Amino acid sequence: MSTFSPRKLLLAVAAPVLALVVAFLVTSAILLLLGDPVVEVWQTILSWPKPRQLVQIVNGATVYYLSAVAVAVGFRMNLFNIGVDGQYRVAVFAGAAFAGQAWFPGPLNVLLTIVVAMVAGGLWASIAAYLKVRRGISEVISTIMLNAIATGVVQWLLLKVAVKQQGSNSISTKPIPESSQLDGLGLIPGATNKVYTLILLAVLVGALYWFVINKTRFGFDLRATGRSESAAVASGVKVPRMVVTTMIASGALAGLIGMPLLFGQDHSYGTTFQAGLGFAGIGIALLGRNHPLGIAAAALLWSFLDVQSNALQIRAGVASEVVFIIQGVILFAVVIAYELIRRADVRLEQQRVARELAATRSDAPTPEGATA
Amino acid sequence: MRHATKVAAVVAAAALGLAACGSSSDNTPAGSNTSAGSTGTQAAGKKIVVGIAYGVGGRGDQSFNASAAVGLDKAKADLGVEFKEATQVNGESEAATEERLQQFIDAGATHVIGVGFAYAKAIGTVAKANPDVKFAIIDDASPDSAGANVAQLTFAEEQGSFLVGAAAALKSKTNTVGFVGGVATDLIKKFEAGYIAGAKAANPSIVVKSQYLSQPPDFSGFNDPAKGKTAAEGLYQGGADVVYHAAGGSGSGVFTAAKAAGKLAIGVDSDQALTATPDVRDVILTSMIKKVDVAVYDFLKSGAAGTDITGNKVYDLKAGGVDYATTGGKVDDIKSKLDDYKQKIIAGEIKVPTAP
Repeated sequence: MSTFSPRKLLLAVAAPVLALVVAFLVTSAILLLLGDPVVEVWQTILSWPKPRQLVQIVNGATVYYLSAVAVAVGFRMNLFNIGVDGQYRVAVFAGAAFAGQAWFPGPLNVLLTIVVAMVAGGLWASIAAYLKVRRGISEVISTIMLNAIATGVVQWLLLKVAVKQQGSNSISTKPIPESSQLDGLGLIPGATNKVYTLILLAVLVGALYWFVINKTRFGFDLRATGRSESAAVASGVKVPRMVVTTMIASGALAGLIGMPLLFGQDHSYGTTFQAGLGFAGIGIALLGRNHPLGIAAAALLWSFLDVQSNALQIRAGVASEVVFIIQGVILFAVVIAYELIRRADVRLEQQRVARELAATRSDAPTPEGATA
Repeated sequence: MRHATKVAAVVAAAALGLAACGSSSDNTPAGSNTSAGSTGTQAAGKKIVVGIAYGVGGRGDQSFNASAAVGLDKAKADLGVEFKEATQVNGESEAATEERLQQFIDAGATHVIGVGFAYAKAIGTVAKANPDVKFAIIDDASPDSAGANVAQLTFAEEQGSFLVGAAAALKSKTNTVGFVGGVATDLIKKFEAGYIAGAKAANPSIVVKSQYLSQPPDFSGFNDPAKGKTAAEGLYQGGADVVYHAAGGSGSGVFTAAKAAGKLAIGVDSDQALTATPDVRDVILTSMIKKVDVAVYDFLKSGAAGTDITGNKVYDLKAGGVDYATTGGKVDDIKSKLDDYKQKIIAGEIKVPTAP
């Protein structure tokens, strides 16, 4: 099964493509029903982005990618960390508060802030890990609850450390010093804005994720637990320890989500900081099938839709929220499509085996082949 | 399966076709309009194209954003301005907020308005990148949004609140009045400060009780009628017989509580004796009107005349930016006293504090 075949590749690509087509049709139907201009909507969404918008797409995807990898780590061992949203908010707040103090010079401040954020995210996730291992509480329930608690905790702490600016009504942590603000990389020619420097962090995280999951003992144990917990236990995997480690790793990765925004865009954490990134990550991990490259493609698609929908109100007179319908339908459809493709794959495999068996039987009958 | 792949291929091709159409029609409006914008700068009564970015809630919020839309519609009728509208998406990134403003400029806008302080940073950034375009921001006067081509339009909410505070004190029989603030921001504290000062001016022995519905960064207090109702019920039970709310959408809960208690309430932002649901209009003593529409209209009118407003412009009583409402006739008997206070504030004889 692990050997590469063109058929498998085709089937892997077919599911997302099918999902996109379904999303296209369903959204068009909804637009038609509501009497909105269908053609203009698609013209706006599918138009080629300007260089400036390309940068925004890459930047948005960077943040989504980190979020989806954080979720995917848990998914690989059937651990549903729904709490990435709370974990990243706790982490980015802790990071922003730390960075704003400017205790360390320039790049060192950036590096240590990333560590602080990872620790904060990991610690927050460890609560859910403890509850699951010691008290048998489903991580789905506890992380959802912890999201709500994170909202309260961050609000309360933000009020304590917020700096007031004359004439302003928004509140935020102390801005990080200029020496620690990352100007960005001029990767896309003709754009006035720049790609987040911390896209490098996302690439690094993606590579590490691939390596750890596929090439290490830990990754093997993790996948084994995900496939079958009882089989993993039987082969000597300490499942509770895996749960704790994976949950904390997922939380620590969640801690990275806000970092590109903090250093490359907002420079502080406050009322206008982007929300809901953790939930977006769940969908993107699902769409990307927890694969490091699949997630990258899914994150780019999500970000593309986000950026392209911004113009909808202005150019087509349709609310940007249309894009949420598209994204929702894509997710819904992709889950169904994966299942359909899986069944088709099984059927094709059965046919192939049957054909080969028939061929061998006509040559020389072998009883072992019958069990396949 | 093969059939599905075929269909997928066809639609994918169709999608690409659409993409091609999109990109070709894309560049024309931006190019033509920017050149038109830069040529007619001096001419009075020039053609201006407005991009207005509402806060979450948009044109249909019956309150703050709606008021901005009124000013825009008036400018369209009087000055013939063209406009494009967009509304903020809840929880979006700062980059998306900036992009929205930039999109207006790509679509040929000569004047861009950000309704609400959530646009402060974005206005500041985009204004720097587009020095030929004029910007306005409502409710922010911070360095974030400041720029040579930015008008920071703010209001002297404390002055209007002073007048309704005086009205509350003059109408109170229990010698106690209440205040419900939506979110404990500096902005809402200005309302509270003016209200207390006005009440004390009319009756030095009056007791003013204040309550806030949420603390920032939780902005739910502006849109939670249930919380508004509970807070107002508490104030009425505590002896207050007039309650002033500065809580946006939560205000309807305050009116409901007033109706149930048989007491009075004071509205905010628009003349709520006209905009609130009909069954509670009779409990509204008066409203503190914050004329966002006037600010928007002024900005566009001066823009059309080629004399753009820049810097911080405060809409106070003198400029007609704030006022109290007389709809319903409940303040007719004290109108002369209120107008007297108004004149004194305008003349500078009364200085209204901006923080409680």
